[in-house]
Amino acid sequence: MSFPLLTATALTPAVGAVVTAAVPAARRTAAKWLALLFSLATVVLAAAVLLRFDTGEGADRFQLTESRSWIADFGVRYELGVDGIGVAMIALTALLIPFLIGAGWNDADPKGDEAPATRRWRPTQGFFALILMVEAMVILSFAATDIFLFYIFFEAMLIPMYFLIGGFGDRAGEQDSEEGQARQRSYAAVKFLLYNLVGGLVMLAAVIGLYVATADQLPEGTFSLQAILDARAAGELDFGTGTERWLFLGFFVAFAIKAPLWPLHTWLPNAMGESTAPVAVLITAVVDKVGTFAMLRFCLGLFPEASDWATPVVITLALVSIIYGALLALGQRDMKRLIAYASISHFGFIVLGIFAMTSQGQGGATLYMINHGVATAALLLVAGFLIARRGSRLISDYGGVQKTAPVLAGTFLIGGLATLSLPGLGPFVSEFLVLVGTFSRYKAAGIVACAGIVLAALYVLILYQRTMTGPLKPGLEKLPDLKVRELAVVAPLIALLIFLGVYPKPLTDIVNPAVEHTLSDVQKTDPEPETPAVEAAP
Amino acid sequence: MNDLQAPDIEWVALSPSLIVFGAAILGVLIEAFLPRKQRYYAEVAVSTLALAGAFAAVVGLAASGHGTDESQVAGMGALAVDGPALFLQGVLCLVGLVSVLLFAERRLEPALHGASVDSFAAAPAAVPGGPAEREAEKAGWTTTEIFPLLLFAVGGMLLFPAANDLLVLFIALEVLSLPLYLLCALARRRRLLSQEAAVKYFLLGAFASAFLLFGVALLYGYAGTVSYAGIADVVSGEPGAIEPGLAGTMGNDALLLIGGAMLIMGLLFKVGAVPFHMWTPDVYQGAPTPVTGFMAAATKVAAFGALLRLLYVVLPGLRWDWEPVLWGVTIASMVGGAVIAITQTDVKRLLAYSSIAHAGFILAGVVSVTEDGVSSVLFYLGAYSFVTLGAFAVVTLVRDSGGEATHLSKWAGLGRRSPLLASVFALFLLAFAGIPLTSGFAGKFAVFRAAADAGAMGLVVVGVLASAIAAFFYIRVIVLMFFSEPKADGPSVVIPSPLTSTVVGLAAVVTIVLGVAPQFFLDLAGQAGVFVH
Repeated sequence: MSFPLLTATALTPAVGAVVTAAVPAARRTAAKWLALLFSLATVVLAAAVLLRFDTGEGADRFQLTESRSWIADFGVRYELGVDGIGVAMIALTALLIPFLIGAGWNDADPKGDEAPATRRWRPTQGFFALILMVEAMVILSFAATDIFLFYIFFEAMLIPMYFLIGGFGDRAGEQDSEEGQARQRSYAAVKFLLYNLVGGLVMLAAVIGLYVATADQLPEGTFSLQAILDARAAGELDFGTGTERWLFLGFFVAFAIKAPLWPLHTWLPNAMGESTAPVAVLITAVVDKVGTFAMLRFCLGLFPEASDWATPVVITLALVSIIYGALLALGQRDMKRLIAYASISHFGFIVLGIFAMTSQGQGGATLYMINHGVATAALLLVAGFLIARRGSRLISDYGGVQKTAPVLAGTFLIGGLATLSLPGLGPFVSEFLVLVGTFSRYKAAGIVACAGIVLAALYVLILYQRTMTGPLKPGLEKLPDLKVRELAVVAPLIALLIFLGVYPKPLTDIVNPAVEHTLSDVQKTDPEPETPAVEAAP
Repeated sequence: MNDLQAPDIEWVALSPSLIVFGAAILGVLIEAFLPRKQRYYAEVAVSTLALAGAFAAVVGLAASGHGTDESQVAGMGALAVDGPALFLQGVLCLVGLVSVLLFAERRLEPALHGASVDSFAAAPAAVPGGPAEREAEKAGWTTTEIFPLLLFAVGGMLLFPAANDLLVLFIALEVLSLPLYLLCALARRRRLLSQEAAVKYFLLGAFASAFLLFGVALLYGYAGTVSYAGIADVVSGEPGAIEPGLAGTMGNDALLLIGGAMLIMGLLFKVGAVPFHMWTPDVYQGAPTPVTGFMAAATKVAAFGALLRLLYVVLPGLRWDWEPVLWGVTIASMVGGAVIAITQTDVKRLLAYSSIAHAGFILAGVVSVTEDGVSSVLFYLGAYSFVTLGAFAVVTLVRDSGGEATHLSKWAGLGRRSPLLASVFALFLLAFAGIPLTSGFAGKFAVFRAAADAGAMGLVVVGVLASAIAAFFYIRVIVLMFFSEPKADGPSVVIPSPLTSTVVGLAAVVTIVLGVAPQFFLDLAGQAGVFVH
């Protein structure tokens, strides 16, 4: 067996988490550098995954596979493997984390006015260790081809995430008192956990059901995605309509909570609003992507007929998410909650693309996951820098910022323009593809979704106008511009957005074969007349 | 009278319980003959050695195939030596061993008159707060009788899941229960509460015993025998010889149904399943915390073992009769335990209701009536007992001036004061909640899968929903520990002796190992899934 590259990629941040957590309380800075170092090492390994991945004709669907026995009694194997979608998602995750660590460099330091309760209380070390822990689990869930293995990390990542939300806030909420903010934070953390835990447990029932169904029909029960796909292709496995639909629902609800899809989305604005900017990015750009990713890989792959059956409902929910998220974003007074609702709208687009069941739709949805990750990271991190300067998340507390901090305002604008899918920036390509893919099969849905674009332009530009232009609000006269560290975090993200907008081909080359596989899983072909392939996009 | 024959005893096969009972009697002798100062060390040494020896004997028996091919019925049909019995006896010995460490802890309470003391009353027979008690405290007395009591209880528990005839079952029940009633009454602090708990436990326990005994009588009337195999034969319609005195009642199904129901009721009481759970919260709260930990872990193991044997060996022929009832009990326990736990404000009561919910989860495996079901229950019991012991061990460490600070509000901000301890407790709570990569998840998955395999998907769905409710209150404690500001006059964490540290550390290691690499233990439980008939 060759070098277990995927395991190494996931293990590096896990080891980093342990090492970072072990740094003594007084050596905060060392802990930060260590965390950064490990996240960069992960980037190198993820790059190796990207390079080793073969996109040629006739290449295997799942590559870099690893397979070891784990819990034989449950039929669980430690099986990893990536298709193009998985590679892209792992690359995105690995790439974003160093930026999040850089952006959150001082977020978890004990504030000057507060003496540490004991010498053993090490919030900074904990913060970075938890981020790395989440990264490890997310990478494993992108790489897992054993359904049980996926479930374990899908569920286990909630715990570090929960501590990140509940334990570290930006102290800029509407509540004045320290205690009130802590209460809001812990409310958000608990809401996050309960929503996702319930979803996960429903999925657990479905996972058990899946095992029982395979155990009934195959020589022995299995959780292996490949084995189930093979058995179904060979006609040895047929869940039966009723069972398949129930199982599909079990999986889908879990992923729709994670993604999050209307009406299961209400945890996201709380969680993103109360957490620090890097953690909010971690939620929406990285962790939530596991949900949409899993819809593509597991819902469509395992339950093609049920997916087909559920498509009208799912598309409706996606459309509601798009419009509802955008409308609520328009009405927000809190900057981070605005971005959270914008994300809900965007997740609607992703789900729409996935369930349009066309190659453009699904290819676009996958690109959307990447682009949304990068664009939201850029916008949210700059917003976080701004909030840290003023100590408030309320839009009404800002105005005229571009006069004192032009670089900050400029990067904020670019992040915002990416969010509203301006041509030339990455998200445009993906949004366009999703719309084309949807339109070619569901005309009405495509038209409704277009309204989402208009609304996006509204909420982004109004946000910019209110905070950055106009007369300078009192108290902002001495607002410092971006520091070198902050610029070093934002600039590469913006460069990446432009690159993905101008030349998305490297990404589409990786993603497209995987999308074809997924489409063949659900036995769908693109509707006639033949529409141009994904590469033909601008 | 010369035709009385000496019973034929398989000494080796019965060695685990014999060792424990022998040591318990030795412990009583130590109390009688050794000077006070030496008793503590002598008792701790004897108990530790005995339980370790008993565990070694269990391992030896299992290694020589008594759990699988060589399984037998020993002691003239009284006791089974088979896979489930040996597995549970092994778990019980370990739980007992770990509990000895908790019982022996003497650094938590502030020293009294220059002598370090444990969590047990100096003179249990004295009136609380009276002069006799003060005298005893002044003289530095301690109640070292707890160790023989513990050993007797463990001995009874070793017999309970192995009992292969109804009378032995009843005797084992009494042998394990009576020491427990006593132990519950021995708390050093809040003695009235402790004594109340003991009386409550005793009264309700006596009811349960009476039910069980009445059930035994009725089944004897039905089958003409108290041996499991004999009753099973009659149930399946192949009675042996008809007892002339019982010709009128033998084979009467009404006796069987009522008797069987009473037996199961008695066992469900010990298990703490709804609606026989009323005693649990009060007793868990009032008993000294080391005893609570021991009781919560070990009683459940023993009682579920007995329940499994009864259902699988004696009453499989009645499956269609008891299955719907147990379904109801299972659902009521899962949901009831989880829902009531939400309103609790005391850590020990919270853990009590959580134990009720867990009894429900375990029952889900019991009802499946397959070999997988048995091994999943065995695994769950092993995993659960260590998490429980660890959790109660942590409870003993969080103290303020009034002793253990069990009110939840006092736990606020514990994560800031003692991050390590709070993290370990969080780990136990997550295991209770069944979060992946902890032993609780592996166990829960095992029982739910067994239930689903047996076609009880309904139970699985209810179980999953109950888990979600249960997760809520476990998480609430974690929130309290980590996200609330510490109170100025809050409790502090006592630095324990290596004894309690060992218990907490061991429980944490077991929790993680059984969560990450459970295969070895699943194999063990898997091999132990067959009852001898």
